[in-house]
Amino acid sequence: MLLIALILLPLLLAVAAFITPSERTRPWMVPVGAVVELALVVLLLRQPGDPAAFGGWVVLDKLGRIMLPLVCILFTACAFYVPAYLRLRPERPNRVFTAMLLTFLSMMVLITISHHMGLMWVAIEACTLATAPLLYFNHNRASIEATWKYLLIGGVGIALALLGSFFLAYASLASGLHASLLIEDLVRDAPLLSLPWLHTAFIMLFVGYGTKMGLAPMHTWKPDAYGEAPGVVGALLAGGLTTGAFMSILRYYQVCAAAGEGEFAREIMVVIGLLSMAVAGVFMVGQRDYKRMLAYSSVEHMGILMLGMGIGGLAAFGALLHVINNALTKGALFIAAANIHRAFGSKTTDGVSGALRRVPISAGIFVAGFFAITGSPPFGPFLSEFTILRGAVEAGRYGVAAAFLALLFVVFVGMGTTVLAVVQGKTPADMPSTGFHDSVGTVGPPLILLAAVLVLGLWLPSELETALRAAALMVETGK
Amino acid sequence: MPELVDPILVAVLVLNFRLLGTSRLRTAINASAMQGALIGLLAVVMHGALEPRSTFIGIVAFIAKGLIIPILLNKAMSEAAIRREIEPYISFVTSLVLGAVATAAAVLFADRLPLAPEHVGSLLVPTSLATVLTGFLLMVTRRKAITQVVGYLVLENGIFIMGLCLHDAMPSLVEVGVLLDLVVAIFVIGIVINHINRDFGSLDIARLDTLKE
Repeated sequence: MLLIALILLPLLLAVAAFITPSERTRPWMVPVGAVVELALVVLLLRQPGDPAAFGGWVVLDKLGRIMLPLVCILFTACAFYVPAYLRLRPERPNRVFTAMLLTFLSMMVLITISHHMGLMWVAIEACTLATAPLLYFNHNRASIEATWKYLLIGGVGIALALLGSFFLAYASLASGLHASLLIEDLVRDAPLLSLPWLHTAFIMLFVGYGTKMGLAPMHTWKPDAYGEAPGVVGALLAGGLTTGAFMSILRYYQVCAAAGEGEFAREIMVVIGLLSMAVAGVFMVGQRDYKRMLAYSSVEHMGILMLGMGIGGLAAFGALLHVINNALTKGALFIAAANIHRAFGSKTTDGVSGALRRVPISAGIFVAGFFAITGSPPFGPFLSEFTILRGAVEAGRYGVAAAFLALLFVVFVGMGTTVLAVVQGKTPADMPSTGFHDSVGTVGPPLILLAAVLVLGLWLPSELETALRAAALMVETGK
Repeated sequence: MPELVDPILVAVLVLNFRLLGTSRLRTAINASAMQGALIGLLAVVMHGALEPRSTFIGIVAFIAKGLIIPILLNKAMSEAAIRREIEPYISFVTSLVLGAVATAAAVLFADRLPLAPEHVGSLLVPTSLATVLTGFLLMVTRRKAITQVVGYLVLENGIFIMGLCLHDAMPSLVEVGVLLDLVVAIFVIGIVINHINRDFGSLDIARLDTLKE
């Protein structure tokens, strides 16, 4: 019952937002929806076992118990930024924007709890379509171009993922089994599945959902989309949608692992993971557009997630922890970047300088977020990246560990140069002021996200650690 | 009627080459429409007797892929007042050769995959893969937004054929999902095309080049 309410409630609110006539009250429906959704999630998490609905198509399992609250917490923080942001943009109608944000929430939640590969695919597709109008919010040439690339490249990725899902279903048909796309059935029958179909399916799904995650070399839409999207949309894409796509890949990995073909999947993950980090590193060095820089940072961290899962064992646990850290830090960074963008009217280092003087809190969050995301103690990502590194060494993958460290260093230097250029120095007198100042509405949400990242770096609650270990075990063994 | 399956699939393969070899947008749109209609027909005839569920899906596919979407695309084309795909990234002859290579590769690859007894000796899997590859080829080698959308449609046609292989085994939600997404995606893309056309005065996606490193 609760599971169904979780999906329906934001959808109904989206309709309500769409028919609400007032441009001023409508944005507040987003935080209201987010808080109610979060309350439902808390209620749901208190139910023991794996609550299920729709004949097992929708299940909250061990992996969902981590991803569902994460997505909702990130969305809630972003939701409280929305009214403040839309008040700064009174010239743009917000009817479609608010309705699509709530639809996005519903579909994100559905991704984390769907246990049927077809349903999960529909949810990801719906998320993609719902975010297109969000990207296009500014209605200018650059945002058209970004939306076009996002739809076309994302559309091909989604199409490949569907073909992969069909191949997976055919893998059971080809071995004379009853074809099903329910995860329970697939994991149970995994050892009997036809291997050529299973391998082809995994590759297609990996490329397909990897495109949505933004792994190199399928990442080309990402800098454009994140660069042109409103900051809060960037936060939701980089922290939410990528997390959902990662989770989809884990579902298929789970089937592969249960079939005894985990090694095959892990090798692909390690190679693509390192490649993504390397590509991101190359494009971050000398990057002058700080929103595009964040997009490449997202490519890098998707690579780290894949690398961790690919190494396996302790590193897989680290990767799941890193999903949380990455999502929360990206949320803070994108919103802080949006504030700086608002304050200077430019998103390159040519037009922004001395942000610490003009918007001290936003710029402070930006710098702290930079240290957090590049893995500096005492923030959460340090802990998760260090765990992945330890996992690599424990597994005897010294070469991989060395490459991981080297790439982290490149990214740190590249990103640091851009961040310092933005926040340090004096603002030249001829740099136009937009009249934007830090306010509770614009710095509150990123501060809370940053505080959460800091707490996770200092203290990992034992319940969370147990839950993460259980989820990692489930993904790696299918149990 | 299952004896009609292979002739339909051959026609789908022939249309792939028609799509790759033409410079006229109207021909390309019509060829993709015909392909979509054939695939709708395929869903109906695949099961011998007329079975309600597959007939329904066939009719939906026929209307969506064969009628609605081509009409929308033709409308977008006349509004943009463009007729031809001039200067694709590779020549039409090269596209045809690559299409032939892709089809051969699809047949060879499909031959290595173990098939369920009911699909042994049928052209379903190779045609599906060849059509997917043709769609890809169209998308990456053409410059006009409309041709890219046609490429995407062809890609989805190929996936739909693969879906038909699983028709008995999978609930129809997935198939309907495919169609729904298709209509919506084209709808959204259509709107975007309109905006591109208005703001850039052209449907040449090569002009979308402000965002780069």
